[in-house]
Amino acid sequence: MRLDPSLYHELVLALLPELVLTAWSLVLLLFVAWRHQTVRDLRIAGWLTLAALASTAAATWWLWWNRASVQGLVAMVAADDFRWVADWIFLAAAALTVLISFAYLERERLLAPEYYVLLVFGTLGMMVMAAGADLMVIFLGLELMSVAVYVLAGFDRRRARSAEAALKYFLMGAFASGFLLYGIALVYGATGTTNLGLIGTQASVLGRSSVMLHAGLALLIVGFGFKIAAVPFHMWAPDVYDGAPTPVTAFMATGVKAAAFAALFRVLNQAFGPVPVWHEIVWWLAVVTMVGGNLFALSQRSVKRMLAYSSVAHAGYLLVAVSAGGPAATSAFLVYAIAYTMMTLGAFAILQAKGRAGESDVTIDDMAGLAANHPWLAFALAVCMLSLLGFPGTAGFIGKWYILIAATSAGQNVLAAILVLTSVVSAGYYLPVIMAMYMKPEPNEAAHVDVRLDRWARTAVAAAVLGLLVFGIWPNPLFELAKSAGNSVQPSSATTAVSPP
Amino acid sequence: MYAHWVITALLLWPLLACAVVLLLPSRLAKYVALAASLVEFAISVPLWWTFVPDGGMQFMADQPWIAAWGIHYTVGLDGISLFLVLLTTFLMPLSILGSWSYITRREGGFYALLLVLTTGMIGVFVSLDLFLFYVMWEVMLIPMYFIIGVWGGDNRLYAAIKFFIYTFVGSLLMLVAILVLYLHAGRATGVYSFGYAHLLGQVKDLGPAAWWLFGAFFLAFAIKVPLFPLHTWLPDAHVEAPTAGSVILAGILLKMGTYGFLRFALPFFPAVALSQTVQLVIVILSLIGIIYGGLVAMVQPDFKKLIAYSSVAHLGFVMLGIWALTLQSVQGALLIMINHGISTGALFFLVGMIYERRHSRLIEAYGGIARVVPLFAAILTIVSLSSIALPGTNGFVGEFLVLLGSFRTYPLATVLATTGVIVAAAYLLTALQRVIYNPLTNPENEKLTDLTPRELAVLVPLLVGVLWVGIYPKPFLQRMEPAARALIEQLRPAANAQPPVSGGGP
Repeated sequence: MRLDPSLYHELVLALLPELVLTAWSLVLLLFVAWRHQTVRDLRIAGWLTLAALASTAAATWWLWWNRASVQGLVAMVAADDFRWVADWIFLAAAALTVLISFAYLERERLLAPEYYVLLVFGTLGMMVMAAGADLMVIFLGLELMSVAVYVLAGFDRRRARSAEAALKYFLMGAFASGFLLYGIALVYGATGTTNLGLIGTQASVLGRSSVMLHAGLALLIVGFGFKIAAVPFHMWAPDVYDGAPTPVTAFMATGVKAAAFAALFRVLNQAFGPVPVWHEIVWWLAVVTMVGGNLFALSQRSVKRMLAYSSVAHAGYLLVAVSAGGPAATSAFLVYAIAYTMMTLGAFAILQAKGRAGESDVTIDDMAGLAANHPWLAFALAVCMLSLLGFPGTAGFIGKWYILIAATSAGQNVLAAILVLTSVVSAGYYLPVIMAMYMKPEPNEAAHVDVRLDRWARTAVAAAVLGLLVFGIWPNPLFELAKSAGNSVQPSSATTAVSPP
Repeated sequence: MYAHWVITALLLWPLLACAVVLLLPSRLAKYVALAASLVEFAISVPLWWTFVPDGGMQFMADQPWIAAWGIHYTVGLDGISLFLVLLTTFLMPLSILGSWSYITRREGGFYALLLVLTTGMIGVFVSLDLFLFYVMWEVMLIPMYFIIGVWGGDNRLYAAIKFFIYTFVGSLLMLVAILVLYLHAGRATGVYSFGYAHLLGQVKDLGPAAWWLFGAFFLAFAIKVPLFPLHTWLPDAHVEAPTAGSVILAGILLKMGTYGFLRFALPFFPAVALSQTVQLVIVILSLIGIIYGGLVAMVQPDFKKLIAYSSVAHLGFVMLGIWALTLQSVQGALLIMINHGISTGALFFLVGMIYERRHSRLIEAYGGIARVVPLFAAILTIVSLSSIALPGTNGFVGEFLVLLGSFRTYPLATVLATTGVIVAAAYLLTALQRVIYNPLTNPENEKLTDLTPRELAVLVPLLVGVLWVGIYPKPFLQRMEPAARALIEQLRPAANAQPPVSGGGP
């Protein structure tokens, strides 16, 4: 199905998933304006959100099934497999977040259904980012997402740490947006366009000589570097992740990160193919992020902060794929992002169950003896930890393996070696969680009595763990999905903007 | 028919049993696990007769697994892996029986992990696809990590994480090396596959990259063997692990390192592995392992640690035999791999049994117990003598063949290695004397009870193994010979291109 964006109804079709979600967000807004008092209202808002996400996923699926593509040179949105797969990742991350939020919001007395509206707006922003074939559209999506997540981070407004997290995130995010916007402006100055495909054409004419283009590229990377929390732009991440309500942290660590990476992949591969200097910049960024993230994570006692730093480390692994570039790396990113979303959300969901009302800090030692009392919970967390470590038999390994293949086939053996060596370091902080749960006695008999997951959070964790194990052993369906998606983000296809029928 | 499904059955059956163990109540776990491991052994026994010594790779099975990357489920056995698989299935029921009264907490989990471990270990020995091999290599790491960490001694957490991280470092670099090989072979032929035979055909023109790749494989396997100075995880892990864990660690896990050298590192990179530098390094490190391991064992107050260090020495012989690359030395090395599983396994069982009674592993806590527990003393004596390599026991055949075969290649090194046999006699006989002879001074030892029928059931099969290999090793050697010969012929061009160090080693 070829869509011509100059025709109004075909443009609507190309934007169908976003429009569906927008319509739902309006419904949700009306609903929360009308009812926002009781626990029951909160639950209904949550269910409405799930319905919104499901119907959006269906719309995305419909476009994917019909092989929708956009005609014409200067389309502002792309319609390719990359976008659909990325959309599914965001929608799945949002849906899992909703499932683990039900009980959390009630426990923490955050009876404000606006939470779900913000979640939907954030997801919408991510989808726009992944769809953008124009720097302005990407920026629009980024801001929509960021503003929603700033508010979500400070959603627990009675707690100082949550407010601090929101403020910090907002200030840093504003800076990052500034960098990004400045970068867009410089790229526009050099090439006269903000369309990714046209930038690519112009850049090949300008070649390596244009200082303005290079400066713009550097600023873009800095801007994205903030959003994905790459070292040295990661300073905000641990405090924000730590202060934000746990389900929001999970959403930030998975959805927000995946969206920023999706946009980064598209921008670098489609627009900056002729300016290969970014491979080298990202190479260094990947190295310091992997080394830094893993070393900082080693010294954390709080599980939440550990996971925050671990998400920095994982950004480093994904940067390896970015640096490798090309279709294989893009596929690797998608596979990794799927695995990463499942394992991180699973881990945060269980962590959220362990934290008592008021979000006391859960340290690794607090996990001691969990296996004896809650064998299934401990098993699930152990699977998530092993998957984060990249252990065979879990989807985390498959993702890491795909990145390694992409890196070595791009000739970056050294980067691959650094990746695996830093993975070894990560054993130093993932394994203590398993050791605490299984190998240490519980500090006192009542240590784990109030640990419980409600039915919905349990569903989310079970789905995540099952997905990790199944895709760890039988990843073939993931590959087929990711392969065509990876092929759709290429510099050459961007200038024609038509994928083969 | 049997040939077609036997390996797959050996891999799947323990997993099935593991699921059953987890579903049933914990008190039934050991019965189910024992039955399952006996069935596993029964499945593997016909391999002994159906194996054709000259048949090369046998019992093959091949199924696509992850087609997108050319990953297959390819398994098979030859004269090198046959005995390691049989050793595994042989030791598992004994380990389960040996843990009968030792493991009292969370029994279900323990036996389930032992069964998963069985799959992982057999998987390592039969994999003919490097991706599958890597997965199996890592899969066996987790159960062992838990076995040490949950059921181990006082210092178990430290030992468990040390064991994990050592193995993990080596294996991850090997993973990168496997990938590079895969891409190299893929670019050369256009066929991207992790198949062992496919990769083996494309390793000739690696150039200087072969050094790095060999280095990665070397690290993974040398840690596992363990070769000095990478052995420091071993005493910790062996001492802290519960009896069954120590038996399996020594009996099977260490062999994965030497097996890896025989199956992958040597055939893939013969020019590097048999270059003068590498030969010199390996021979020196093996010698250090033999002599240093023995000397350190001599001063151990803890009997279990003594056995652990003796493993370092035994595996030094294996490495020497492999690198000497004569028919006798390679066969001897393969035989030591089996013997060490039997003898050291038996020693660990015996230490575990006496520990259950007295809760001490210190040699000085005992003395003169031969009169109190004559059966125990007799078996300990026989097993110790076999570990020292007394003629008539299994240990003698293996070490004699290695020394005989290596003398042609490395005369000086072999002479030095022979002193290792004397050192072994010094530490084991001294320990034996201090434990079972000498005057009985500690009154607590007077109340020791002798071996129970269950414990005899664990030890007698091992004793049979000790004497069988010691007196009539022909059936073993016969089945190994074609595989060893094939390996040597495959490597000889590289060995001839770079003749062994003149004057014989260091």
